[in-house]
Amino acid sequence: MAKKRVVLTFPPELTEIPLTYHLVKDFDLAINILKAKITPGEEGKLVLELSNGSLEKIEDGLDYLEKHGVTIQPLSKEIVLDEEKCINCGACTAVCNSKALSMDADARLVFNKESCIVCELCVSACPMRVIKVMF
Amino acid sequence: MSITKSYEEINEKIKTGKVVVATAEEIIPMVQEEGVSKVLEKVDIVTTGTFGAMCSSGAFLNFGHADPPIRMSKVWLNDVPAYAGIAAVDAYIGATELSETKGEEYGGAHVIEELVSGKKIKLKALGTGTDCYPRKEIETWVDLNDLNQAYLFNPRNAYQNYSVAVNSSSRAYHTYMGILLPNFGNATYSTSGELSPLLNDPEYRTIGIGTRIFLGGGTGYVAWEGTQHNPAQQRDENGLPLASAGTLAVVGDLREMSSKYLRAGIFHNYGISLYVGIGIPIPLLDEEMVKKVAISNKDLKTTIYDYGIQRRSKPALGVVSYADLRSGSINLDGKQIPTAPLSSLDKAREIAKELKAWILSGRFYLTEPVAALPYRDGVKPLDEEVE
Repeated sequence: MAKKRVVLTFPPELTEIPLTYHLVKDFDLAINILKAKITPGEEGKLVLELSNGSLEKIEDGLDYLEKHGVTIQPLSKEIVLDEEKCINCGACTAVCNSKALSMDADARLVFNKESCIVCELCVSACPMRVIKVMF
Repeated sequence: MSITKSYEEINEKIKTGKVVVATAEEIIPMVQEEGVSKVLEKVDIVTTGTFGAMCSSGAFLNFGHADPPIRMSKVWLNDVPAYAGIAAVDAYIGATELSETKGEEYGGAHVIEELVSGKKIKLKALGTGTDCYPRKEIETWVDLNDLNQAYLFNPRNAYQNYSVAVNSSSRAYHTYMGILLPNFGNATYSTSGELSPLLNDPEYRTIGIGTRIFLGGGTGYVAWEGTQHNPAQQRDENGLPLASAGTLAVVGDLREMSSKYLRAGIFHNYGISLYVGIGIPIPLLDEEMVKKVAISNKDLKTTIYDYGIQRRSKPALGVVSYADLRSGSINLDGKQIPTAPLSSLDKAREIAKELKAWILSGRFYLTEPVAALPYRDGVKPLDEEVE
């Protein structure tokens, strides 16, 4: 199944139109909101994971958004962990709601990139400063 | 009658290569399978370990005299102020002191870690200029080899047990217990549990003043009771404290240490701390000591406190075991709360194994405490006087 993670930027006038509704209704896409910052009357940001269809359907849905003035960028940010310097304390797991960071049975940190939603909370939670956001 | 062993007998075994050592984790299944008296016959020493943030840490440094000499009354190391209100070229660099130029991201703990790693440190000092010390200013670079003495002297390390932190409030709190999510979103704890030094000798029978220990990768000693040492903490039927209790002041030569076991850490919006690796050997003197080291995470308990209440006395919300905490979540009034450790169990294990290897190779001998840790009847609060 195709899957795509995108960062959407909405101009202020678009924040009051239910665009995500149309993605579900008209393009039959499953939407997982990873991050959202929408305030009426201001520029909005939405980080989405789109799935449940072919890549074609996803592209159609994104074309639809673009036509309405939404700027689309792929989610190219990723969390990078310097395993060499990590002390396996576990402080980052305290804030990782997606459970991408977890402790294994041997009390070592495991980072499952697939489940990471790049919320970036772990970056400031890491006392060793060995977790970074890469663009 | 059951056997007993003396420090001398155990040290003789180290000398002749006959000593048997187990880590505090390895000993648990041994006692369960073979029983207390069999294990006492077989094993002589149990090694413990912990690696966590220990804010009350720092190092005494002696820089040697420059020519012309200066009585350093203000000292900065990489722009981090060090306490210089002692003799002319002595200073104490505290782990939590912040850089005057880099703020929250760099502090005394970083200076200590860099010194241990062999890096050059910028030394800046001011003096008033006196007859015997005419100079008023110096700025130069020093590394660990340039210093006469450089020893870690940590006033409070190796806490015997510590709280579990949760947050009942509606916003995230940035604490020394990590980032606490609102509405009981997580629970953090910071102890190596069954590997923790003072939890393996809960009544301080073998750990006392003068005890030789593993400190930051080198050999160190217990110098004194730690600050806020609180043996009077409430205890369970096994004599184990149910919340933070005993503490140790420890000392050791920085030159023997390694950044593998001494690391600077940053707690976001809280401050700087030093992660200190400590390992303490517990001699199995008699069956009583075997029973103490055989206690596992299932029977080691600690208290949950609400850090969302910004007061001296935080409400205690319940008691949980370290086995519960390690399982990944705890139950508090019917709600499952995900748990996260803050001190590194992986490193604690490494330290217990390293200390075991030191003893087996004859590099490390046991010392009998020269004095017991004193008894203190609780920790006093600071009550403000009103004129």
